Amino acid sequence: MEPATRLDQNHELSLRELPYIIRWRDDRCTRCGRCTAVCPVNAIEAAPHVHRRVFSEGSAPNPKAQREIVHVVRQVTDIDRYCTGCGACTLVCPNEAIEPEYNPRHKFLTYKNRGGVPFRRGGRRNDPNPSTVDQLKFTRISMLTDPALDAGRHEFRIRTLLGRNLPPEQLPLKACRGKMVVSKGDGFIPPVREIYPIRIGSMSIGALSPHMWEGLAMGVAYLNEVEGMPVVMCTGEGGIPPRLLKSRFARYFILQIASGYFGWDEIVHAIPEMTEDPAAIEIKYGQGAKPGDGGLLMAYKVLKLIAQIRGVPEFVDLASPPTHQTKYSIEEAVAKMIQSMSMAWGFRVPVYPKISGTKTAMAVLNNLARNTYAGALCIDGEDGGTGAAYNVSMDKMGHPIASNIRDCYLNLVAQGKQNELPLIAAGGMGKTGNLAANAAAMIMLGASAVDMGKHIMQAAAWCFGDEYNRCNLCNTGRCPRGITTQDPRLYRRLDPDKVAERVVEVFKAADVELRKIFAPLGRSTELPIGMSDALGVADREIAGRLQISHVV
Amino acid sequence: MCRLCAITSSEYFSPMENILALNTMKEGHDGSGLGLVLKDLGGEFGKFKGQPILSGVASSKGLRDLDNYMYAQGFEEIHMWQPNVDESAPEPETGRRDHYFAKVYEYPQLYRDRKQKEQEELLLEARLALRELGEEDESIFVFSFYPDVVTLKEVGDPLELGRFFRLGDGSLEARIILAQGRQNTNYDIYLYACHPFFLQGYCTMTNGENTAFVPIMEFLTSRGFPGYVGYNSDSEVFAHILHYTHRQLGYPLTYYKDVITPLSEREIDTRADGEALRLMRRSLRPLCIDGPNCVIGFTPDGTAFMVQDAKKLRPGIVGGVPGKYALVSEECGLDEAVPERDKTQDFSPMKYDMAIVAPGARTLTRWNQLNTK
Repeated sequence: MEPATRLDQNHELSLRELPYIIRWRDDRCTRCGRCTAVCPVNAIEAAPHVHRRVFSEGSAPNPKAQREIVHVVRQVTDIDRYCTGCGACTLVCPNEAIEPEYNPRHKFLTYKNRGGVPFRRGGRRNDPNPSTVDQLKFTRISMLTDPALDAGRHEFRIRTLLGRNLPPEQLPLKACRGKMVVSKGDGFIPPVREIYPIRIGSMSIGALSPHMWEGLAMGVAYLNEVEGMPVVMCTGEGGIPPRLLKSRFARYFILQIASGYFGWDEIVHAIPEMTEDPAAIEIKYGQGAKPGDGGLLMAYKVLKLIAQIRGVPEFVDLASPPTHQTKYSIEEAVAKMIQSMSMAWGFRVPVYPKISGTKTAMAVLNNLARNTYAGALCIDGEDGGTGAAYNVSMDKMGHPIASNIRDCYLNLVAQGKQNELPLIAAGGMGKTGNLAANAAAMIMLGASAVDMGKHIMQAAAWCFGDEYNRCNLCNTGRCPRGITTQDPRLYRRLDPDKVAERVVEVFKAADVELRKIFAPLGRSTELPIGMSDALGVADREIAGRLQISHVV
Repeated sequence: MCRLCAITSSEYFSPMENILALNTMKEGHDGSGLGLVLKDLGGEFGKFKGQPILSGVASSKGLRDLDNYMYAQGFEEIHMWQPNVDESAPEPETGRRDHYFAKVYEYPQLYRDRKQKEQEELLLEARLALRELGEEDESIFVFSFYPDVVTLKEVGDPLELGRFFRLGDGSLEARIILAQGRQNTNYDIYLYACHPFFLQGYCTMTNGENTAFVPIMEFLTSRGFPGYVGYNSDSEVFAHILHYTHRQLGYPLTYYKDVITPLSEREIDTRADGEALRLMRRSLRPLCIDGPNCVIGFTPDGTAFMVQDAKKLRPGIVGGVPGKYALVSEECGLDEAVPERDKTQDFSPMKYDMAIVAPGARTLTRWNQLNTK
């Protein structure tokens, strides 16, 4: 009989409680140790097991039992070292001996609150179902009166406008001998940029590793300077390397200011030395992945470089407040902030706020609609990602982007301001890999542009994350791909040149796909913003809500 | 695809000239309708240059309602044209309607000395009210209410309709006539879906498919101008864009081309008026037609024009002699309309071109977006 102490394991978890279970094959494993070395959470470890081996020697059967010690790879059941399913072990295994398997019956969240601290992670909403945007199809194909366009040969202008477009009635134009001329000094003309309609959304240097950020930036510069595609990317909250800011490449970047104002002391001081204006200024009021939460950069990610760029001491937690501390009412404070930021660059740079998707988006929208200095409104839906947040915020908070953008667009149409204030849709673009289709659908619902974050991390840097809470370790600084870490041992795994190459590939492929979508619809000269008659969906409820065709 | 024939002349001519030209292009229209807009009228309207003419179709009940409304508004009917129908000719496809009419009115007393803009507002208001009055039971269709302009629309083959209405009898003549032979595609055969479309002196007809119809319609209807309604056809927006850019915004006619088929940023840099053009392109972005379309129209001063976008694979053609030009969708129609012209001077406007025929059909100008000196 076993001693009583051996049975008393009531306060331990079994593997069945965990979201991923390691399948390890004794017969294939060479005990090289690579998997245990690479595991970012130490979920597996080499362990000795005592095996009872039965063998027989000689010509006649003569079974004998022998106990021997063997080394195995064992998964631990410590909730703080749970297997995240990232699969780095599988990747490095030379012999296909190990693989994490998703356990759909796990009870992980029931236990992952040790110390009274709820589960925190990086990543995205854990919802593997296709989003509304992913269900939309393009059903209006030019067939009858004129043939569809040739996506490969026709000239396409896939561009959009970032910044406020004056209503035609307010343009300071006058006719002079058959020509229209601009009457100088006749009112304020807001700055507008012509950009590519898919942007790289805000991801900070700090949240991202130096190699990742550098790779994205190089890719964007290449797209602009070599491919002639005016792609822009947003810095996220955390500044921008001063050398880059003072370079000619600054025009490809949208500088984000958020509630922590990190990096802005450095930016403000660099303004006199800047040779190019930035693409725009984004004022972050909210984030789709974690509405109501501010940004958070954990202390162990605040290394020397990050501390310098952000203008803070090393190794301190950098938490941005959930709201701007100067903001006490949207009417005044947002307007003032937009105006202040505009003023900093002599009113030459579009300034716009980014908010999380919300039922109250319309109130913000209507405020901006009346503010001459507001350059756009970016709405970040519930499928957005983040580097660090409470699981509950990510899984349960937020608003789907499709109806949010549609409502806002139709509201602008009712006011006749649909071209005046561009809407930018973010959150879940390319969630299932259909970047161009998602972008086109959002554009036809009324967005002028879309932002992507997770998609480019996955597509350009091989990020493991998915909607089954796979990996999602961005907040720990132990990203196994070297994307969201400041640990040189990890980020050296990521080659910035390869990231840049992939960024270019992603955009060029999306560009071809956008043509493949726009060509059959017969659109090529201007972006089909609000061309809702091109959309169809099999779900009647969605069709009714978005005011598009119901097709079955 | 709809077949189009516009003729502009220094002399009055019969709409049968347009209809015969449409007939040569019959391969391309299915005879599902005829639309006619006549401007600068002769014939029996020659003496009513300043008074507004209400054109439409109505049932007997509808006509009574219409008369009651006009009387109540203070309009005084001074003349009425009705086609001298040929009883032996085949009737229109959807059956003969009770009344086809063009009534000339005297302005209400209060409006006789008002400015033109105020009078135009009154006419628009009356037309829209009449439209609303007879739209549900289809008892009244009113197509235009404007001085010196008559509109006639009916379902059926253009040539048969021309004979049925006896349009060659000399009672209807004009110096500019736009005619469309309808190819029914996207919409039900419905009189309000039949172009040419007319609004306050501006008129266009179009063939092709307007792929950007919904955003354009949403933009126009949100301008706050009461006349931007209807849109039973995706072609109606072309007339309203013309009205909006030329009348409401005050842009010269050539900018209509720049608005509906905007240049790229790089091309704009080559234009002397690039700065204005860039602002215009941005602010009027939703009005880019994105085609493929060929648009033929006229403005209040009698200038006729043709434009098309880059996707229009089979362009329309303009040709003629000083004193008579035709703007048509097919060359055979041009041969019928102005056979005596020098064919080498025919002009098919391409991607960047706009063909402009001066009032009185004096000259044909080939305007190019990239070469605007």
